[in-house]
Amino acid sequence: MTTTTPALTGSRRRPGDKIFSGTAAASAVLILLILAGVGLFLLAEAYPALVAPSEDIEGGRGLVLYLWPILFGTLITSIIAMVVAVPVAVGIALFISHYAPRRLSQGLGYTIDLLAAVPSIVYGFWGVQVFALALVPLYQWLEENLGWIPLFAGPASTTGKTILTASLVLAVMILPIISALSREVFLQTPRLHEEAAMALGATRWEMIKYAVIPYGRSGVVSASMLGLGRALGETMAVTLVLSASGGVSFNLINSGNPPTLAAEIALNFPEATGLRLSELITAGLLLFLLTFAVNFAARALVTRQKGGST
Amino acid sequence: MSTPSTREPAQRDEEHQHGPGDAGALSKHQPPSLADSMHGSLPRWAGAAAAGLAVLVAAALLAVTGLHVALAVIVGVVVGVAAFVIASRAVEGERAATDRFVTALVTVAFVVALLPLLSVVWTTVSRGAARFDVAFFTQSMSGIVGEGGGAYHAIMGTLIITGLATLISVPIGTMTAIYLVEYGGDNKLSKVVTFLVDVMTGIPSIVAGLFSLALFTLIFGPGLRLGIMGAIALSVLMIPIVVRAVEEMLRIVPARLRESAYALGVPKWRTIVKVVLPTAASGIASGIVIAIARVMGETAPLLVTVGLTSATNFNPFDGRMPVLPVFAYYQIITPGIPPQAFIDRAWTSALVLILFVMVLNVAARVLAKALAPKTR
Repeated sequence: MTTTTPALTGSRRRPGDKIFSGTAAASAVLILLILAGVGLFLLAEAYPALVAPSEDIEGGRGLVLYLWPILFGTLITSIIAMVVAVPVAVGIALFISHYAPRRLSQGLGYTIDLLAAVPSIVYGFWGVQVFALALVPLYQWLEENLGWIPLFAGPASTTGKTILTASLVLAVMILPIISALSREVFLQTPRLHEEAAMALGATRWEMIKYAVIPYGRSGVVSASMLGLGRALGETMAVTLVLSASGGVSFNLINSGNPPTLAAEIALNFPEATGLRLSELITAGLLLFLLTFAVNFAARALVTRQKGGST
Repeated sequence: MSTPSTREPAQRDEEHQHGPGDAGALSKHQPPSLADSMHGSLPRWAGAAAAGLAVLVAAALLAVTGLHVALAVIVGVVVGVAAFVIASRAVEGERAATDRFVTALVTVAFVVALLPLLSVVWTTVSRGAARFDVAFFTQSMSGIVGEGGGAYHAIMGTLIITGLATLISVPIGTMTAIYLVEYGGDNKLSKVVTFLVDVMTGIPSIVAGLFSLALFTLIFGPGLRLGIMGAIALSVLMIPIVVRAVEEMLRIVPARLRESAYALGVPKWRTIVKVVLPTAASGIASGIVIAIARVMGETAPLLVTVGLTSATNFNPFDGRMPVLPVFAYYQIITPGIPPQAFIDRAWTSALVLILFVMVLNVAARVLAKALAPKTR
């Protein structure tokens, strides 16, 4: 910044400037320390579980076999949530940026953002007491009619607390994130590209397909990855909605499901002490590394894209 | 809508006043092309007719067969969209039909996303109303085994812990943003911090709770549950949001304001405190309020750090502290007798949480307007 040059010379003279800039820099460094602290403190508390003999670990077969079904549950719920949420979110983003009447579009954007403002525990309540029960007949129908597909083999859960329900609740929760960011990149499409497409006689969809989507594609990818990060770490909704009692299973409508990392921690934490606590913190560390990697990649993509396009 | 030919094609606002599926809009934003001259176009009410058809089919399926509501609606929507596209294809040609199809899909996606929002809000309001009474806001759960009682203790706990988290996060977040915008420039530290703050916004809330727990366990030993631990956990989630909001606001303060102050010989720190921050005050205040709203409803980090009691505890440095989301969670997963009393309390807590969050969101918008600089 060129505007800072005159003041930088001033900061050597005045003690007030020194103190103020020092505090500012210290805050910035503190943030780095906190982030490092998250990793290091978790590692320190997880250490007993990492070195414990495998028969002492929950399940008695070692840490890897304990964590594997939980990791599997985390991944499968998040992936299904993504498969459901990304197309819908892109549709919403396009609707708001290119289809809705311009006067309404801002209000519609706020409405979708409200979905993000609802606390996750409220989604959990809604998921378990309304949504899951409403899905039970659908699961029975799926079992009867599509039971030959292993995903719907059944027997269908009578409470509706299944992997599929949890995934759908997660999908609702990550919709606003993905659609808000996608909407932003769609709105940044150069106006000239859109007008040129229109001038060539393109329909609205052809204009979107050839001008808007190619421009916004990497933005949508990074938005989706941020949504994935959110889905991986979501705790309370999954804790309430998923009945975690089982191992690795691709059966989406059964009541025997693996938990997710976050839900496993929340469910067992209040009673956990000693080694069990360390195991749960190990699960937390794994979750941290997983979401850190996903967010890191997503942000790196955003940064690179910004650097390239402007 | 008269004389489309005199209108510039760039006037998107005008075109977009027509709803999706509006037959007029399509032919209007295309200059009369070969495709148009060969084909007619659907009447303007075609979109509404298709939606009506979808509703009719779904209703008929529900009435005649005992199909599940969701399936009936899905079939209805598919039939409606198909009729719309086939009609368009017959009258307007293939390209227009594809365009219509996408319009229908995008509209359906939007409606589908609104359904859960409406359902969540409706459920929370209708079920939360049962215990939305004076006792809920004035009594704690101390000595209550069945019906009655309230969440006074949990509401106070939530306010105290959120307040503490705000006290911790706002100075750190604001100073970091000042560093990034006013001092850092393009140096390495500010680049790394900018990037990591973005990454930090994605930390799962339960990990933030475990971090605070691990920190206090390392210092004070295991088994501790304190209000301040919850506040620190929430700060980890709140700081990046504050940094982002403040940074954005500082960046749009015009450079000439700073330069004028420097030209008058004002020290840089006084320029920031007296010129830059007041100019950005409205945006900063609303950003902070939004950040508070974000962390207020967090459950997981508080579940692992502050625990739960049934009595009021005003001291965040001594013992467990009840908070609203955790209170609601335990009410619903461990209902006593009669269970309905516990479930009612949980829903009312959810309703109060949503109200808090909504009030804060509205307040943020009002603040942004009220404190906006009067210049220009």
